[in-house]
Amino acid sequence: MEQKTKINAEAGKQELVISREFDLPLELLFKAYADPEIVEQWMGTKVLKLESKKHGSYQFETTDPKGNKYGFHGAIHEFSPNRKITRTFEMENTPFGVQLEFYEFEQLTDDTSRLNMHVIYESVAQRDQVLKLPFAQGINMAHNRLQDIVSKLK
Amino acid sequence: MNLRRDPFQAIADPTRRAILLLVASQSLTAGAIASNFDTARPTVSKHLQILTECELLEQKQNGREIYYHINANKMKEVADFIEPFRKMWDDRFNKLETIMKKYKAKK
Repeated sequence: MEQKTKINAEAGKQELVISREFDLPLELLFKAYADPEIVEQWMGTKVLKLESKKHGSYQFETTDPKGNKYGFHGAIHEFSPNRKITRTFEMENTPFGVQLEFYEFEQLTDDTSRLNMHVIYESVAQRDQVLKLPFAQGINMAHNRLQDIVSKLK
Repeated sequence: MNLRRDPFQAIADPTRRAILLLVASQSLTAGAIASNFDTARPTVSKHLQILTECELLEQKQNGREIYYHINANKMKEVADFIEPFRKMWDDRFNKLETIMKKYKAKK
């Protein structure tokens, strides 16, 4: 089966491209990125601020199951409805630095659309760190699950 | 989900990673694998069982002996560290799609 979400991360480059086709009209796909209430729902984060316009900025806050809070923020450089968003993104209190993101929204048919997300990092090492993050978390989660099970056995 | 069948959990253990490295170059019996470790033989057997259950190792009968060899396809799946990153985005986008479909229906 063909995968709906594709990642293109060439070795030795400090950028990556994430692309995805949606069974959604272009306007609805774009709205999911522009409307704070909808962003909250699908990103699973609290939206403290989202100014969907040029020179705007945004601030998100995510709380994990243990109650730890994680902040994210950035500045919006371009906001062209149903076409393009250019923004920066930074995970606060992490060594990952700032990344530059280009979101391109494209209509395929009346009911389908595509998102191309082009992300540029400060260095190749930083990009690779971000790429490995969910992999490392997967291993940690397995460890934690194991610890939970073991502690229940005691 | 059966925790024992999760290959990522399987490779999170240092002894199991050492077993995989050992078997990567040649098929070995449980005895030959165990002789490389100070750990008790039943402990090594347990590790082999877990690695077999999550399909990182495969067993092959050769006469009276059972040889363990690496399942290259499964290893490739795990070694592809980008996959969890892709999966994370895929899950996120699936959620976006579901929410917006409901949103459309409501209007």
